Amino acid sequence: MPKITFPVEATHIMMFARAIGDTNPVYHDAEAAKKTEAKGVIAPPTFVQAMAQFDPEYHLRPKPGQKWFGSAKGPTGLDEKPASSGGLHAEQEYTYHRPLRAGEVLTSEVKQGKVWEKESKRAGKLIFRERITEHRDANGELVVTARSVGVTTERPVDAS
Amino acid sequence: MALKASQLKVGDTHTERVCENLSRTQLVMYAGASGDYNPLHSDEVYSVYAGYKSVFAHGMLSMGLTGKMLTNWVGDARLKKFGVRFTNQVWPGDTLDAKATVAAIRQENGEHLVDLTLSTVNQDGKEVVSGNAIARVDP
Repeated sequence: MPKITFPVEATHIMMFARAIGDTNPVYHDAEAAKKTEAKGVIAPPTFVQAMAQFDPEYHLRPKPGQKWFGSAKGPTGLDEKPASSGGLHAEQEYTYHRPLRAGEVLTSEVKQGKVWEKESKRAGKLIFRERITEHRDANGELVVTARSVGVTTERPVDAS
Repeated sequence: MALKASQLKVGDTHTERVCENLSRTQLVMYAGASGDYNPLHSDEVYSVYAGYKSVFAHGMLSMGLTGKMLTNWVGDARLKKFGVRFTNQVWPGDTLDAKATVAAIRQENGEHLVDLTLSTVNQDGKEVVSGNAIARVDP
């Protein structure tokens, strides 16, 4: 997969922190953040997930001129009902090599990992796929390593 | 306001209510900030059509909420590792309590570290996130 240029911007960090209901000033107040141990605005631990915004091919963002599976006039924009509920997120792990700071530009590379299958009572056959994402700084040094496991289900997960 | 290894013991816990009566608006905020616009999380019409009772939270929102408890406790820029499994879905109206439990206190390469096990439960006591973390603490 091509490398993604991921600018880590203060406004984006502020919006992300709001989205998780985190009012910690270290995520939105540059003056207050300077007085903390972090010595400036840093990103919350799960922020690098927002790399999706900078992936031109990201499949879970509607794109002009392309069909989108969400509802519009009908319940889905596709011609047929999707065969499965689509991918769900099973696991996520981050290793932090150092704090991620507002104003940095990361270069992020996604590597495919293992693939495995499992039978489940709640959702039929499950296919798991692992992905490793390395987020590096301007010097090529690792800032955050992310490991995610996605799962594709045969049918919607029985929530009962 | 960092934690001190000398004042921690295995089995110590910290709990924080990380969301109350989760709103669909919060899910939309998370979609917008993260860039994950999967309609299962923001489009009730589609989600019901796809076989779910309503929209439900991004797994990463429940991890983000759990992370808020962690950083509020261990301090800013202190995490070395943070990993979770998404064990149950989170629905609009849910109230979540995130808990960290000290599993070990140790030293590595001259740093004082604490190993934590994590569990976030909903209002019915059902676990929605389980995981673990490693944080740097003061001596």
